[in-house]
Amino acid sequence: MALSLSKRAFNQERIVFLITIVLFAVFAVELNNFLAPANLLALVRSVAVLGMLGMAMLVVVLGRGIDLAIVANMAISVGWALQLIAGGMPVWLALCVGLGFALGMSLIGGILIAYAEIPSLFATLAMATFIYGFGRAHLITGTDVVYLPKDMGLVAQLGQGVVAGIPMPIIVAAATALAAYLFLKYTKPGRFIFAMGDNFNAARIGGIGVRPMLVFQYVLSGGATFLAGLITATSVGAMNTRIVNSNMIYDVILVVVLGGVGLSGGRGGVRNVIVGTLLIGVLMNGMTIMDVQYTVQNVIKSLILLFAIVSDSIINPRDEQTGQQGDI
Amino acid sequence: MASSETPAREIPLRETLARLRYRYFPDHLVGELLSKKWIDNAVPFAVLLCVIATFGFLIPDFFAPKLLVITSRQLGEFGLVCIAMMTVIIVGGIDLSVGSNFALGNFTTLALLNLAGWPVAAVVPVVILVCGAVGFVNGVLVGFFRLRAFLTTLVTLIIVRAVVDMLLLRYAQEMSVSFYDSDIWDLVGMGGVAGVPSSFVVLIVVALIGHVILTRSRPGWRAMAIGGSRRSAHNMGLSVRGTVCGSYTISGMLCGLSGLLYAARLGGAGTDTGMGLEIAALTAAVLGGNSLGGGRGSVVKALIGSVIVLLMTNGVIRLGLNSGSGPMVLGLTLLFAVFVDVRWLKNRDKLLSKVYVSPTYVKLPQPASTDPDSGTPFALNNRLRNVEIIGLGEVESPEDVILDDEDYLFCGNRHGDVLRFFPPDYKTWEVYAHIGGSPLGMAFDRDRNLLVCVGGMGLYKIARDRTVSKVTDETNRSPFSVIDDSRLRLADDLDIAPDGRVFFSEATIRYEMHDWPVDALESRGNGRIICYDPRTGRTHTALRNLIFPNGICLANDGQSILFAESWACRISRYWIDGPKAGKVERLIEDLPGYPDNINRASDGTYWVALLGMRSPALDVALRMPGFRRRMARRIAPDQWLYPNLNTGCVVRFDDTGRVIESLWDLGGLNHPMITSMREHRGWLYLGGISNNRIGRVRLENADQNWSAATAYWGKA
Repeated sequence: MALSLSKRAFNQERIVFLITIVLFAVFAVELNNFLAPANLLALVRSVAVLGMLGMAMLVVVLGRGIDLAIVANMAISVGWALQLIAGGMPVWLALCVGLGFALGMSLIGGILIAYAEIPSLFATLAMATFIYGFGRAHLITGTDVVYLPKDMGLVAQLGQGVVAGIPMPIIVAAATALAAYLFLKYTKPGRFIFAMGDNFNAARIGGIGVRPMLVFQYVLSGGATFLAGLITATSVGAMNTRIVNSNMIYDVILVVVLGGVGLSGGRGGVRNVIVGTLLIGVLMNGMTIMDVQYTVQNVIKSLILLFAIVSDSIINPRDEQTGQQGDI
Repeated sequence: MASSETPAREIPLRETLARLRYRYFPDHLVGELLSKKWIDNAVPFAVLLCVIATFGFLIPDFFAPKLLVITSRQLGEFGLVCIAMMTVIIVGGIDLSVGSNFALGNFTTLALLNLAGWPVAAVVPVVILVCGAVGFVNGVLVGFFRLRAFLTTLVTLIIVRAVVDMLLLRYAQEMSVSFYDSDIWDLVGMGGVAGVPSSFVVLIVVALIGHVILTRSRPGWRAMAIGGSRRSAHNMGLSVRGTVCGSYTISGMLCGLSGLLYAARLGGAGTDTGMGLEIAALTAAVLGGNSLGGGRGSVVKALIGSVIVLLMTNGVIRLGLNSGSGPMVLGLTLLFAVFVDVRWLKNRDKLLSKVYVSPTYVKLPQPASTDPDSGTPFALNNRLRNVEIIGLGEVESPEDVILDDEDYLFCGNRHGDVLRFFPPDYKTWEVYAHIGGSPLGMAFDRDRNLLVCVGGMGLYKIARDRTVSKVTDETNRSPFSVIDDSRLRLADDLDIAPDGRVFFSEATIRYEMHDWPVDALESRGNGRIICYDPRTGRTHTALRNLIFPNGICLANDGQSILFAESWACRISRYWIDGPKAGKVERLIEDLPGYPDNINRASDGTYWVALLGMRSPALDVALRMPGFRRRMARRIAPDQWLYPNLNTGCVVRFDDTGRVIESLWDLGGLNHPMITSMREHRGWLYLGGISNNRIGRVRLENADQNWSAATAYWGKA
């Protein structure tokens, strides 16, 4: 009894949360201004977009999939929308076109996964390559970076606005997290996603329309991606399509799995992603204040992830008898 | 009436065409090709051909010799990374750190050569070890700690990349000003062997070694087993953790080697070295047909994939399209190729089960009549009505029965035992020996060892002290055979020549024992007669392409064997010695049923069991292969036309092929089915593969002291 209790007390989520608190405490004591409200807001704001992308990824990962096309989809759909606005299209129409593009691409990816039965890892990898290539060849030509047009109107407030002293990105991210939580917890499709992640065949036999559900997951992820991209673009005033070739997709996976969401599906939730995102936020903020080199930051980030998954596997060892085949 | 309108000649003509078509077009090869594992490479290979054709057409000098040399040099490096990825994918993992590890290998090589000034011979092993160490770390984490491969190697990807970046920041300046000059190094980087670039030679060597290890050695088989089912591999006692760890280590070492070759070619290190290589290698590995999740993969698949990816990336660059088109084309091709591959994998077995059965044209001669009033020796009678029953309900499927000099009665059963009934009344019995499989035909050799043909296993010997030993279970593989016919699938009956050679039949090489009805449907010459020679210990195939060869009996002259071909309804003589050695001649061709075992009778004639009777419907169907194929594809097996096994008889014939008499049991009340019979001291003992009993019937006019074992080998 005591054993099982201690096991349950130390899952990966709690380990990561503990590390976050310890780091937070250490930084609070050691670093000047770390606890200043402005810094704390900046901390959360810096990871708001990452957290939103994490939510998009979460919805897919819970159903035992993975979406590696998130970053490419975000960059190209938002970049194209910005370019359309710069070209004279009304803002609302351009945003609708961009959103349509994001949803359409994730719809294609979802169909490939659900109906053509291509493994999600590979389908989204190829879709990412395709989206980037298509976007750079036909939509965003001649420039890597699409700058924010001046006449964006209210939409620009998404990234730059402040409500009651809190920057808009944080509010939007929080709203997304809340929506994701409610969706996963209290709606039928949300529960279905968990069921599919737990045991896909059982879910199918149980009468869930697993193929439409799979497509739906990826479309949801595409929509959240577009929103995240819009916030990125309006905050920094541009959309850099080169982020597709960066490590960003790995960072997204990092915040999802760091908090203890199982890549084999069915395990985890919004809380896990928030915990993972906070750890990354605290870490990056602290290291930036300490002026740690970017590559070293990467190493430290990775080591912490490694520590989290190693300790999880020691505390909750995976069993040869119950491990899922083909679970990489 | 339609039949009266069509000319009478048309049917024979159509049949002639069918006969020729089925004789010369090897339908069965299609199914056999599909059943091979290497056929999986067909889809990737077709994609490769398409890529070559497309770019060869679009870019005129794409395959000019000079460019080919450059491409093959790149392929040397990229192929190694793809093989590295493949070794990990095969055990059910993934290695995302290959790109970073490649960059590390590149940097280490240049640093050791340019800065430390080491000789090439020392640098090579050190670089391989350094990168192997990174792989080893992956291996320990994934194999021993059971971490998830994707995350773990993602972490090492980031860490190693960061380490390389930091090292570059520190040493790039110094490295770029110094330059390593050595003949060996130039040979590796720019030269080659007989015009073939060095890196390509290295790739070929590694690929060959890798192929042999993976397909023909224990570590390779273990890796495949673990990828196929990690749990089963663990339960059967394989060291899952060690093997997984080893495969990651090998992956790391290959990346190091590849990075070294890259360093030799370009002599520079940058932050973008090996960037995105993990994606390209993963793409190549999957495109080639290696399954993510493990258990299915090969070096050839990795190589095919790597050639496709390399040609496509190079080709798209050479086409000079704008920056996005390359990735776009690449992404689309990938999606399409993987889509086809997934569909292929999913439907291959369905396709195989549809096309594997390939009936052929058989025209049986008009059967001898069995009408009671016909006056033929096959005329129905009721001489088996009063068969005595032995072991009712105690034996299951005694295909063959045999008796020794001391009157013990032996039979096999479907549990893999050989039973022995005690004389004189055969009321009690014991398990004489347990072999396994399905014991079928039996024979005593000179030393009174019992040789048994075991369906599914081969030829086995039960010595007089009841020890069971394998005599043979394989023969020479036929040249140009697609399926491997060296293993014995359905050894059926045997007899032993005076010089000790054992001749035994293998009914079919295309089906397992329980699928015999499918072989009947096919009626193709799938069977063979095999000879085992105890003097040399060798087994070789004596006769091929027989239609379900079944019973075998040494003729009284000792120079030939008689064999029955069940679905061809004929008995032939095969000369094993003397002037006609090697020749086959037909003895009886118009049997009204399907012959099974043949054994000697006391008066110099032979007994043969007919296990079932021909029926006009099936005889017609045998002349219509297309009809039988449609039947096999479209309706459930229990509704097929089958040989009629509900009735049968025992027939006696002599050396000239003249049929003397037949023994029937009308209604089959006492002894339903007959697959074999033995004459022994005035009794005829009957076995039947679907029976729960053995029968025996009195032979009034036979030699009351004759025993087969004595007749063959003299007094014991």
